[in-house]
Amino acid sequence: MNASILSAADRRRPWLLLAPSLITLFVLMILPIGIMTIFSFYEFVTAGVEKEVFTTQNWRDFLTDPFYHMFLWKTIRVSAITAILCALLGYPAAYCIAMTTYRHKWVLLLLLIVPFWISFTIRTFSWIHILGEQGAINVTLLKLGLISEPLPMLYTEGAVIMGMIHFLLPYMILNVYVAIEGIDRNLISAARTLGCTAGQAFYEVVLPLSLPGLMAGLLLCFVLAAGSYVTPQILGSTRDALFGNIIFDTIMGELNWPMGSTLSLVLLILLGAVAAVYSRYMGLSRVFKGLGG
Amino acid sequence: MTAAAAVDLRNVTLAYGEFVAVKDVSLSIRKGEFVTLLGPSGCGKTTILRSIAGLVQPTGGEIDVAGRRIDNIPIHKRNIGLVFQNYALFPHKTIFDNIAFGLKYRDVEKSQISAKVTRALEMVRLPGVEKKLPSEMSGGQQQRIALARAIVIEPDVLLLDEPLSALDANLREEMRTELKIIQREVGITTIFVTHDQDEALAMSDRIVVMNKGLIEQVGTPEEVYRRPESRFVASFLGQSNLLPGRVTGVAEGLATVRLDKGHDLVAAAPASLKNDAAVTAIVRAQKVVLGPPDRGGPKGRIISTSYLGGSAAYFVDMGGITLQSIATIDDRVWREGEDVSITIAPADVLLLDEGGHRLK
Ligand SMILES: Nc1ncnc2c1ncn2[C@@H]1O[C@H](COP(=O)(O)OP(=O)(O)O)[C@@H](O)[C@H]1O
Ligand SMILES: [Mg+2]
Repeated sequence: MNASILSAADRRRPWLLLAPSLITLFVLMILPIGIMTIFSFYEFVTAGVEKEVFTTQNWRDFLTDPFYHMFLWKTIRVSAITAILCALLGYPAAYCIAMTTYRHKWVLLLLLIVPFWISFTIRTFSWIHILGEQGAINVTLLKLGLISEPLPMLYTEGAVIMGMIHFLLPYMILNVYVAIEGIDRNLISAARTLGCTAGQAFYEVVLPLSLPGLMAGLLLCFVLAAGSYVTPQILGSTRDALFGNIIFDTIMGELNWPMGSTLSLVLLILLGAVAAVYSRYMGLSRVFKGLGG
Repeated sequence: MTAAAAVDLRNVTLAYGEFVAVKDVSLSIRKGEFVTLLGPSGCGKTTILRSIAGLVQPTGGEIDVAGRRIDNIPIHKRNIGLVFQNYALFPHKTIFDNIAFGLKYRDVEKSQISAKVTRALEMVRLPGVEKKLPSEMSGGQQQRIALARAIVIEPDVLLLDEPLSALDANLREEMRTELKIIQREVGITTIFVTHDQDEALAMSDRIVVMNKGLIEQVGTPEEVYRRPESRFVASFLGQSNLLPGRVTGVAEGLATVRLDKGHDLVAAAPASLKNDAAVTAIVRAQKVVLGPPDRGGPKGRIISTSYLGGSAAYFVDMGGITLQSIATIDDRVWREGEDVSITIAPADVLLLDEGGHRLK
């Protein structure tokens, strides 16, 4: 009945409003993925040349070559470590920002955003001056006589993880902050009057109610870490490459587009699966709530 | 004060930074008593409750509960039941776990916990909802659960912060009665906070009327309603006419008050009343009696009529002074523009001195 009152123009309006995003999504997401899917079934001839015939060779290569499995597993492991460390470091910070009685809370939140004003690549490069052989830490320790030769810190897996934490921590903090901020303070007061110490009230009320935010933060950090390739490129050695770097090498180094497409799709499917499992249990809307925060 | 007091506040002061929210409040509450803190929003009612519960720390004074000084011990060691305006049920816990929460932290045995929870739910007339989540309950039901959670720990005092204000009007009246019945059954000392005078008058053994962090008057509902001690209490409770004037004569227990526009009002004279004193006469709207214009006494004209069903509220112009009158409708409703006679019995006039305090 309502629909009949709407004029044709009214009914078209939502679609008109959606059109720009739908077109953008189609041109920049669906179309490239489609083209990549087609490429993944092409035959690789030699660098930069592929034959447009249908073959499952690329997929069979991926499924049988332990080289790819090793890097896929390594990517999952490094991303998981990064996400968990972000949670451990980010949760207390988010808790403090949410709970402070400091009147200018926005300043604290602004401080979280400030790093985004500097180019991500520059921020990553800055670690070289901290961790490198001539970096701040080694020079200081050498001067103090605590070590006799520079510690190998740069171009290690640790350096890669640290660089990723550096760029992912604000996402974790914002997600957890939004969750804690949304908790009714009276719940904590209620727990306290019912006999909880401050610590017990945290465990009974704040922690369980902020868990969705924490989980959203973990997912986000994991996905972004697993998809990253600049950080391992700058801060890691060749051994510390992640799956993104393998894709880069395959496409830009070997000019093997069919295999590169196949590997890209593998990563897409993996991260998509993780997000799907998560949204099944937690609801993706929480992730977006965190992103918007 | 006395050893029998269940709750004793002595000169409690609480400041948030510069702002003093509660000023030198002293109050003694008997065991089993139902006391209401009544006052406009922002007058410090919640602050008093929160300082008894320990959620805020008074800047001065002492608080005793059940004969034990508690203002210097941590929240979780005070045995106090607090019900919040928004109920504050734990959304992630079942009704059972919500009610059992306080018992768990009191090291009550498992078997006893479930018996006590069952009993508490029966008491609030919601048996069998143990497995539900708070979000599956209506506002009124959540209210009862919050009450059950607070009383199941057998607190020394039950603190209720505007517990009915989030309910719709019908439910509010019902819960009012029910809350009072439960309170009687348990015999628990209760401090109830509200800004709703009807609630306060209907439920309380005693009412504490507050304004701007100060206690204005403490008394039974009848006392505060019929014998307001101050201008604030008189104007906050019920509809009153506040008429400034000057005493022109005192004789035989009656005082004549010359009102601003030259009318004379006869009032029962308090002992301390002096001739020529500036006073404010207080007359409840219900005590301004309207009659046919030929009845004698001062005359007036109806400015407006609000028909309220069983009664009607009028604004009457009495030669430049606007009076409020509320009358039950026995014979007729006076219409706008009609002339009436106005009768005010001397016993129904209270006199306040210049400082706004009732003369005695
Ligand atoms: N945490 C706080 N910080 C500063 N001022 C507060 C705080 N809590 C309450 N107040 C102020 O104290 C006064 C009394 O508050 P409250 O006790 O909540 O009043 P009521 O419950 O009677 O409405 C109000 O003016 C309020 O603005
Ligand atoms: Mg309040």
